[in-house]
Amino acid sequence: MEKFTVLKGIVAPLDRANVDTDAIIPKQFLKSIKRSGFGPNLFDAWRYKDVGEPGMDNSKRPLNPDFVLNQARYKGAAILLARKNFGCGSSREHAPWALADYGFRAVIAPSFADIFYNNCFKNGLLPIVVNELRIDQLFHDVNAFPGYQLTVDLPRQLVLTSDGATQIAFDVDAHRKHCLINGLDDIGLSLLHAEKIIAFEARRRAEQPWLFG
Amino acid sequence: MPQTLYDKLWASHVVHVEEDGTALLYIDRHLVHEVTSPQAFEGLRLAGRKPWRIDSIVATADHNTPTTDWNEGIKDPISRLQVETLDANIREYGAKAYFPFLDRRQGIVHVIGPEQGATLPGMTVVCGDSHTSTHGAFACLAHGIGTSEVEHVLATQCLVQKKMQNMLVAVEGPLARGVGAKDIALAIIGRIGTAGGTGCAVEFAGSSIRALSMEGRMTLCNMAIEAGARAGMVAVDDTTIAYLKGRPFAPTGENWNRAVAHWRTLVSDEGAQFDRVVRLDARDIGPQVTWGTSPEMVVPVNARVPDPDKEKDPTRREGMERALVYMGLKPNTRIEDIRLDKVFIGSCTNSRIEDLRAAAAVVRGKRVASNIRLALVVPGSGLVKAQAEREGLDRVFRESGFQWREPGCSMCLAMNADRLEPGERCASTSNRNFEGRQGAGGRTHLVSPEMAAGAAIAGHFVDVRNWK
Repeated sequence: MEKFTVLKGIVAPLDRANVDTDAIIPKQFLKSIKRSGFGPNLFDAWRYKDVGEPGMDNSKRPLNPDFVLNQARYKGAAILLARKNFGCGSSREHAPWALADYGFRAVIAPSFADIFYNNCFKNGLLPIVVNELRIDQLFHDVNAFPGYQLTVDLPRQLVLTSDGATQIAFDVDAHRKHCLINGLDDIGLSLLHAEKIIAFEARRRAEQPWLFG
Repeated sequence: MPQTLYDKLWASHVVHVEEDGTALLYIDRHLVHEVTSPQAFEGLRLAGRKPWRIDSIVATADHNTPTTDWNEGIKDPISRLQVETLDANIREYGAKAYFPFLDRRQGIVHVIGPEQGATLPGMTVVCGDSHTSTHGAFACLAHGIGTSEVEHVLATQCLVQKKMQNMLVAVEGPLARGVGAKDIALAIIGRIGTAGGTGCAVEFAGSSIRALSMEGRMTLCNMAIEAGARAGMVAVDDTTIAYLKGRPFAPTGENWNRAVAHWRTLVSDEGAQFDRVVRLDARDIGPQVTWGTSPEMVVPVNARVPDPDKEKDPTRREGMERALVYMGLKPNTRIEDIRLDKVFIGSCTNSRIEDLRAAAAVVRGKRVASNIRLALVVPGSGLVKAQAEREGLDRVFRESGFQWREPGCSMCLAMNADRLEPGERCASTSNRNFEGRQGAGGRTHLVSPEMAAGAAIAGHFVDVRNWK
């Protein structure tokens, strides 16, 4: 997994609440057996005017000029600014895969759905919870200043404006932070406890044999 | 100290805890399907790892499988590759049970787990699918996981988790005729919103829940995720135990007696503390119909489409306005005046035998309205289909003008050929009315099986409490 320490990037605002993972990456693209290549179909139904199908040449499809990511000022955005309950619905990890493949490394929102939130950390994508008043201010600033950038400092757990005038602190689990900063795959970490897992399993097998075999 | 059901399930599966509370949680049952597993098996292979405990795995192909012309196989080559990849992975690594495409026991993963007795009380159950919450009906800690976590569970038999909060949703009182578990679920979501249960494990309790069959409890727990809760659950009682007895993978003999004695402890203790409590009176719950593009956009059938102008919160108002445009609806329209193009009865929410019986009772001897282009019944599994056919329900549906299909996820998420065309309006017993969920541009109204059946006959929504 790619390490995440300090990120400075253009912010793209997605001003709607309850953005679900079906919207982030529609079901027809879930037929892939790969982890990569979902970026061109991120927000497919909003981003293009036609109906997308796997295997299409996305560079030739008609773009919806009203959709935020199609606006020149947000080209190359690395930070997505979103509204509450971002990533609700389906557990598809294709959603963070698509966001990361597009180039996003962080999503800032007042709240996230649990499974999506969890999936982000497995893919070097940092979900940041910021209170609604601050989010309103950020939406205002992004809209007001073309090229608006933020810096996300994970070690210090801060979001900073370019002029350094505003610092927004955020929470993140120590375990998740450690894995992100060091780019660690947590299977390896969990297997450090293999002996405990074996012992737990043996006890469980003795006490509730009907769960095994 | 008195414990909640969730406290007990959590405590009995903790293998290791970090200082910040992050725990390794042992997983008893791992359900696997074709869409969210290929990358996990691939990751395992690349790392040179093997599954930790093969006999925890129960697998099936359900999302991509067609519901017609099984003799012709899977025509879509991309879907076929995904299903064949699951075949190959299970062949290579093994499983306790695999119900591949064309197997007579194949079906939606959340229907076949309980049906086979592969979901047992006290288990932790995971699957790369958010509707894994369904299995909580059996007093399991059951929730959806992402593909990285699928790989993690394959490799370690554990999940990295932090304990969630305890939330109690208590529903008391008798339900009206024509009102069921789906209506309770939608009414709860309407009350607390789609993020109302975020960060929580929800226990459904109260006399209305106790009175539900296991099928009804599965419908309710299935929809917990639509309220934002990864896990929903119902305590063990006689209904739970009666359902499990004699299932293929349920314990037998002395093990059955030992298991039942343990299962009886899987209830919240008297005086257990919940972080949040929501109470509903079942007498206030009518048949529910969603009008928008989120399950929280829901009203009773005898109400009207809400007016965004009356909403004070600007983000909510914009959401409502956008939803009404997408749905092609005007504020203040009577729900019963909404005319439909298609009807879908199926999905992991409502495709079990009881759902089909309820819908069949509504349509028996009547004809699907002429404006309905397609009315579809998709049983949840091959065994549900066979049972329904033994009871003659297939004939009831067919004679009414419904199509009777092969089992699978079908038009709940439209990964196979079953879908809405742009602008088509559907009464659906599934769980999500998101934009494009049932097909690009499709308009979904979530309802119960009885309500979907009634809408198919009338051509528009009707209050099934008054059905004759």
